[in-house]
Amino acid sequence: MDSEIGLRVDGTPRRLTVDTRTTLLDALRERLGVTSPKKGCDHGQCGACTVLVDGRRVLSCLTLAVARDGAEVVTAEGLAPDGELHPVQRAFIDRDAFQCGYCTPGQVVSAVGMLDELDRGWPSAATGTGEPELDDAEIAERMSGNLCRCAAYANIVPAVREAGR
Amino acid sequence: MTAIGTDLARRDGTVKVTGTATYAYEAPVERPAYAHPVQATIARGRIRDIEIEDAETLDGVLTVLTPDNAERLADTDDKELAVLQSDEVAFRGQLVGVVVAETSEVAREAAGLVRVTYDEAEHDAELATERGSYVPEQLNAGYPTESAQGDVDAAMASAETTIERTYTTAMYHNNPLEPHTTTALWDGDSLTLWDSTQGVHPLRSTIAPIFGLDEERVRVICPYVGGGFGSKGTAHANVTLATLAARAVPGRPVRLALTRQQMFSLAGYRTPTIQRMRLAADADGRLSAIAIDVVEQTSRIKEYAEQTGTPTRIMYAAENRSVTHRLVPLDVPVPSWMRAPGDCPGMFGPEVAMDELAERLGVDPIELRIRNEPSVDPDTGKPFSSRNLVACLLAGADRFDWADRDLRPGVRRSGDWLVGTGVAASTYPVHRMPASTAVIRREAGRYVVEIGAADLGTGTWTTLPQIAADALDVPVSDVEVRIGDTRYPMASVAGGSSGMTTWGSAVVEAARAFRDKFGQDPADGDEADGSVGPADEDHAMHAFGAQFVEAHVHADTGELRVPRLLGVFAAGRIINPRTARSQFIGGMTMGLSMALHEHSVLDPRTGHVVNHDLAEYHVSVNADVTDVEATWIDEHDPYVNAMGSKGIGEIGIVGTAAAVSNAVWHATGVRVRDLPITLDKVLAALP
Repeated sequence: MDSEIGLRVDGTPRRLTVDTRTTLLDALRERLGVTSPKKGCDHGQCGACTVLVDGRRVLSCLTLAVARDGAEVVTAEGLAPDGELHPVQRAFIDRDAFQCGYCTPGQVVSAVGMLDELDRGWPSAATGTGEPELDDAEIAERMSGNLCRCAAYANIVPAVREAGR
Repeated sequence: MTAIGTDLARRDGTVKVTGTATYAYEAPVERPAYAHPVQATIARGRIRDIEIEDAETLDGVLTVLTPDNAERLADTDDKELAVLQSDEVAFRGQLVGVVVAETSEVAREAAGLVRVTYDEAEHDAELATERGSYVPEQLNAGYPTESAQGDVDAAMASAETTIERTYTTAMYHNNPLEPHTTTALWDGDSLTLWDSTQGVHPLRSTIAPIFGLDEERVRVICPYVGGGFGSKGTAHANVTLATLAARAVPGRPVRLALTRQQMFSLAGYRTPTIQRMRLAADADGRLSAIAIDVVEQTSRIKEYAEQTGTPTRIMYAAENRSVTHRLVPLDVPVPSWMRAPGDCPGMFGPEVAMDELAERLGVDPIELRIRNEPSVDPDTGKPFSSRNLVACLLAGADRFDWADRDLRPGVRRSGDWLVGTGVAASTYPVHRMPASTAVIRREAGRYVVEIGAADLGTGTWTTLPQIAADALDVPVSDVEVRIGDTRYPMASVAGGSSGMTTWGSAVVEAARAFRDKFGQDPADGDEADGSVGPADEDHAMHAFGAQFVEAHVHADTGELRVPRLLGVFAAGRIINPRTARSQFIGGMTMGLSMALHEHSVLDPRTGHVVNHDLAEYHVSVNADVTDVEATWIDEHDPYVNAMGSKGIGEIGIVGTAAAVSNAVWHATGVRVRDLPITLDKVLAALP
């Protein structure tokens, strides 16, 4: 069954028709041609598809597009409007926090979402008894939903730390 | 002027951090159709019947291909690639059909509606012993299957100390984050493939004859590869399938991305290995014999012989030596290249065995290795072009405070955690492919280098300009490099850590030819090409390294953590320290992943890898890694190539797992000889 929905993607309003089975990831990639979010597993296990939906990081492969009618979606491409890179993106380049680049848009968006969660005081498994702080253990824990097979983790952590300062 | 050695940011940084780099599925085509494979659900037998009517009549389906109706391919010699050509099933997950539809959702639904019945035959999918094995004619990369010097048995019988142990490594899947993906488009008799590949020209050479095409009629495009680690070094069945599917819907481009689950049976993997190690030594630890007997698997339809014993041939001096390999053909998917084939699994058994010998003798494991350092390559008798293993061991020992290390196992505690350190050596050969050509052209005041090379995250977009800049004696900003397209001159595969040696040599030759022809003030449009020359044959050429690990094992639960990894490498001149460090630590972290997590669990009853996704096939995540550092010594090697560089993409994964196992022993007193090192293997022996 097809449905027509509206999304605001990287600041641009879009109307599109989706199969009710269409994930937000496939709606972006295959219907709208927005290929910044990547498909690595399609099962919410790798994080390459991470986008911000209404300001929060979500796995777009586990999100049905039809359930997000009217949502504001931001991809890694949308974090750099007019080519001006986001501080997280600049830090990723400075720290060489990627190699093949396939997980990178998801890592970048996840880092942006995660820094916001930390600002709001949301705890993680690495948080002690007090307020969570921007330290390496918090970053590693909160970024562990984003796999990097090239294994740039040791560069991702300092990149996120520097961008979050 | 030295661009080589300069710490430069990646040229493809901006497109990668914004996600605008175009990978194979994202090729800019009009009205793409979508393909979804159908896979066999038995491990061995024949297809009795395939019903496709329900799938064909589903709204939006364009075609359904099976062995009954697929076109006959021109060349079916490679049974892995000869898809839909026979009703025979040789492993579970083999391709038996494909659906092409207007959308990916419809293609997937229709694939589920294809009903296949089988005449099932008995199968064997379990590597347990050398039962049924044979001796392959040669190993991957052309290495000899067997080698022997002296008399190992006699040396074992007369030695003061011997070690005889069996070690095993598991089945591993490459699992690049970008799935194996193709966009295929036929235009009459011409074919364009946007494919995720480690080599556009090798892929073309493989696919063209299968479809009876001259190579000129096939164009392969791949500017970015979302990781490969070897699995995209050779064409797998998905490429043939996508090409077949596209030919069945003329004028429509077809996109085919394997699902993560499908990759576990269709995209290659590293064979499990059984390694019987024998060491004979005198009381000082000087080896009189070193031997490895390897048993590993291959598929029945295509041989792949991992060269697991090869590092044992060159690592340590000993008068009596023996290396053997046996292959067991099974009803399993086709094994293939995975990062450092041979050396990666083949440095697990030997490097743990050396630690066991050090333990037996009460000798420091670094000192033991130094005592067995050969003066020439023990296998060929040739001098090494450069060999700085000892320098790596000593530099690492210094940084790791090794001098204060207590040899005794199981005596250090930090709270509830047992603490230990371990070391192992790394090595990887210097490979040079026989053919690659680069062209250099003056365009709008810049120097443009074109070569069909690949960048799978290895940094080629950034490092080839550095090589060209030095060879032309111009600033690196004056050089533009174009890669990843068969329209550029022929380049060899990005495999065997051969890329920089091979393509870089071609670029240097092209630069020399260009300057010879046009001097220092060329005109727009001037161009010259150059090709890689033959390799030096008078020297044994290898990179070396040493890896140091600190392991923590929870005294009550056996939980394992590795808070510190250090690698010191001797790999010739480093072209770009930033991208090089990423390759080293990436390899080491993948080695950590192999040590602690990775294990494809193949159920012998079904021939199925049961943990076939990223939730159950565990790879290291961010929180598994704390302090991982790589450094290198200043090594000048005039024999390897014009740059003086050795390949660095693979050596990082070599030796890590052994170093982890050795550190776990030092922490607990438990020797884990079978990977992965999981808590059940240490728990019973904890205090």
